[in-house]
Amino acid sequence: MNSLILRFAAPYLTALMALFSVFVLLRGHNEPGGGFIGGLIASSAFAIYGIASGVAPVRRAMVFHPVSIAGAGLFLAVISGLGGIAVGEEFLYGVWWFPTFMGTELHLSSILFFDIGVYLVVVGTITSIALGLEEKGRN
Amino acid sequence: MDELTGFVTEFGYVALGLPFVAAVLAPLLTRVLKSHSTWILALAPLAAFLIFLQGVFEVADGTVHRWGFSWIPSFDIAFSFRLDGLSLVFALLVTGIGTLIILYAGGYMKGHRDQGSFYTFMLLFMGAMLGLVIADDLITMFIFWELTSITSFLLIGFDHTREKARRGAIQALVITGGGGLILLAGVIAIREFTGLNSLTAILESGDALRDSPYYAMILILILGGAFTKSAQMPFHVWLPNAMEAPTPVSAYLHSATMVKAGVYLLLRMHPALGDTTLWMTILPAFGAVTLVVGALLAVRASDIKITLAYTTVASLGLLVMLIGVSSETAIVGATLYLIAHAFFKAGLFMVAGSVDHGAHTREIDRLGGLGRHMPLTFLAAILCALSMGGVTPFIGFLAKEEIYHALEYPTAYHIAILVAAIAGNALMFAAAFIVGLQPFVGPKPAGIEHPHEGGLRIWFGPLVLGVMSCVAALYYGLYHELFSSPMASAAYGEPVAIDIGWIPHLNLAFALSCLTALLGIGLYIVSPRLRSGIASSLDAIGWGPDRGFDQLMRGLVRFSFKVTGIVQSGRLDYYMTTTVVAVVAAMLGSMWWAGAFPTVPAYPTNIHFHEYIVLGLLLVGLGAVVVAKNRLTAIVSLGIQGFATALIFLLQGAPDLAYTQFMVETLSVVILALVMTKLKLSPSDHRPLREKLPDATLAVLVGLAFGLFLLTVVQRPFDDTLSQFFERYSYAIAHGKNIVNVILVDFRSIDTMGEIGVVMVTGLAILALIRIRIAGSGRREVKSLEQS
Repeated sequence: MNSLILRFAAPYLTALMALFSVFVLLRGHNEPGGGFIGGLIASSAFAIYGIASGVAPVRRAMVFHPVSIAGAGLFLAVISGLGGIAVGEEFLYGVWWFPTFMGTELHLSSILFFDIGVYLVVVGTITSIALGLEEKGRN
Repeated sequence: MDELTGFVTEFGYVALGLPFVAAVLAPLLTRVLKSHSTWILALAPLAAFLIFLQGVFEVADGTVHRWGFSWIPSFDIAFSFRLDGLSLVFALLVTGIGTLIILYAGGYMKGHRDQGSFYTFMLLFMGAMLGLVIADDLITMFIFWELTSITSFLLIGFDHTREKARRGAIQALVITGGGGLILLAGVIAIREFTGLNSLTAILESGDALRDSPYYAMILILILGGAFTKSAQMPFHVWLPNAMEAPTPVSAYLHSATMVKAGVYLLLRMHPALGDTTLWMTILPAFGAVTLVVGALLAVRASDIKITLAYTTVASLGLLVMLIGVSSETAIVGATLYLIAHAFFKAGLFMVAGSVDHGAHTREIDRLGGLGRHMPLTFLAAILCALSMGGVTPFIGFLAKEEIYHALEYPTAYHIAILVAAIAGNALMFAAAFIVGLQPFVGPKPAGIEHPHEGGLRIWFGPLVLGVMSCVAALYYGLYHELFSSPMASAAYGEPVAIDIGWIPHLNLAFALSCLTALLGIGLYIVSPRLRSGIASSLDAIGWGPDRGFDQLMRGLVRFSFKVTGIVQSGRLDYYMTTTVVAVVAAMLGSMWWAGAFPTVPAYPTNIHFHEYIVLGLLLVGLGAVVVAKNRLTAIVSLGIQGFATALIFLLQGAPDLAYTQFMVETLSVVILALVMTKLKLSPSDHRPLREKLPDATLAVLVGLAFGLFLLTVVQRPFDDTLSQFFERYSYAIAHGKNIVNVILVDFRSIDTMGEIGVVMVTGLAILALIRIRIAGSGRREVKSLEQS
């Protein structure tokens, strides 16, 4: 799309949205948010960037192929499920860990990694579709 | 279940696991050591063999080893194993011959590009076969049964660049895999109708299966599995076509393993299913036909490997026929023959491979005079051929004597079977020497240059098997006590003593043996003329099960194309219409069926001003969609309506839902707009009104259906058990205050896992579709598939 304002603003907008998506992902367990919504936000960020500046810069910025990201997410989700088995419970049983890091108690769990997996699957899939559609001609 | 007693049960899992471990290591080892990796890989089956050998004395005393664990308790399925005389001998054959075969494969495949994966497939198959013969639980047995079908598919199609190999592999998979499904039906029938879930339970059930009203059905289903695997007419076609595989595969699959699985099942089930009129009619009928036709086709073939393949078919027919006779001596004859056959057939197949290796042809007309150049192979060949011909002192002789003992009764039933046995045996006698003698004697044809002996690994296996065939017959007392007698006892269901020896006694059975040998020698002499005679009469018939298989497969493909053509029209508007009509029918239909239409709700009085604004926005969006001249405008207006809905969610205290709705709405507008540009749709819809009207009607209907349905749902009394549950436990046990998220990622995470899997796969499919449109060759590809 040939709009100077959009082309100028897109990288900042995308960065902001991507950051926000991570925030939404991480707060999701206690406040509104979560992996699915975070993933949708991030993928719309990338879609906007693609519309504004073309597909190539987005692909460069993402480093990995979106489908690989989605695959990694699915893999991460499955692996996080194995945590439950490791402690002798069912597959996907949530394992919690509360370490203190620089005076703050962290709430880490296999659930968090599962949610990150969801996030990555959504980001990868939707972005790969959007970029695929944005691409002109042969690839 | 855990009756861990004795050496074998303690190491049972190890023995079963060894081939699989070796299969995983094979590619790595082969990359480093080339074909010499087989020296190490062969240690796995050898170790398993030795473990099982430890159990021989205990099992000979009548001990039955069982081990395993409960696998799926809710369905009463266990991962359990049973070692008695029958499974022990089979396990020894699988691992013992397997050791020799792995070594042989190392010599035979030397220098092949993919030899690493070849050894992997071989070892995987070995593990599957081992699991099959020692499995106790019926489902466990079925799983290993199908594993052998799958791994043999990989082995037969190993030379996948050749079309014949691919066809052979597919044929084997369709026939044996299909038979496996029939067996599964049989296994389920047994479990459902009689409650017996393991072989041990079946063997201890006495007449339970025979007296069951479903006996005939169970029997036919079990036979369906056994007959396809053990290549009974007319399912035998896959076996000769499987000869496309490298020779080590044939030597292994068609001697002691794959094809014997069906026979194993019959022997296994004999105490529970056998000795009935049905059993004693079906089995001998199929077996006799398979025996005679298989033996005739063996003599007809000019490729020595194909000859061996058909003698295998004939041997399987003989075994099925004998098991069908169901008497004690017949079962003994079958077990003796089974062991003898495993030895000499594996040996002869390996010999055929050596001949191919040394002389570069397997055509019998072009082979001769190899004996001087390949003395060790010749020795192995002649030993195996003598055993196959039933000459004393070889275990083949013991088997044949026992078989004739079993059939020497003056009833029409026994005489008919006896005639088939003599005819088949005589033909197989001739075939044995066509393969084991003819290539090695006489003048050397001009075509063969520099025939040579293969390496140690090539001649070692057949020689060991040939020598063992003789040694076992000479020390028949020990052989019977440790191997054949426990095996026959397990198959017969009662202890059986065997005393047949290698020293012939002048009786009827010996006379019949001599008659068979004489006939065989005569057939051997006339075999060239016999070959062309059978060939021309087969040409005259012109049709066989092999062509029938092709016709069946073609018909199936054509049928599926017809169905696909109807179901998958390839037009997006048809798919959309179908989906929408189905949704409308499902909702209106279910409400009508349940008589649960909603009552008209009272008009709410407590609507705030800002809520009216949101509603107004919603209506504006909708109106804009309907009146929009331009498709892009319509899509964006749809987005307005979606945002308004999201606002309502937000106002009603569902921020998560609102977030998601916002994002989904944004992305769908973006993606719809992109799709539109991609599909090069015209900017606006130019269809005349009468074409738009049906779509409009459907749209109104689906909206109505959704609205009514939601109203109905809301008007039901609300059951808040689940809400209370989640409210109470969300933070207490899942450490999360956002209930929606906790449900998604913790309480119902397996659902989410399925969903992200679907998202991922859908994404891949969409990506593929986008690519096809770009390449622009989608239609042509489908067509070329249809033509093939």
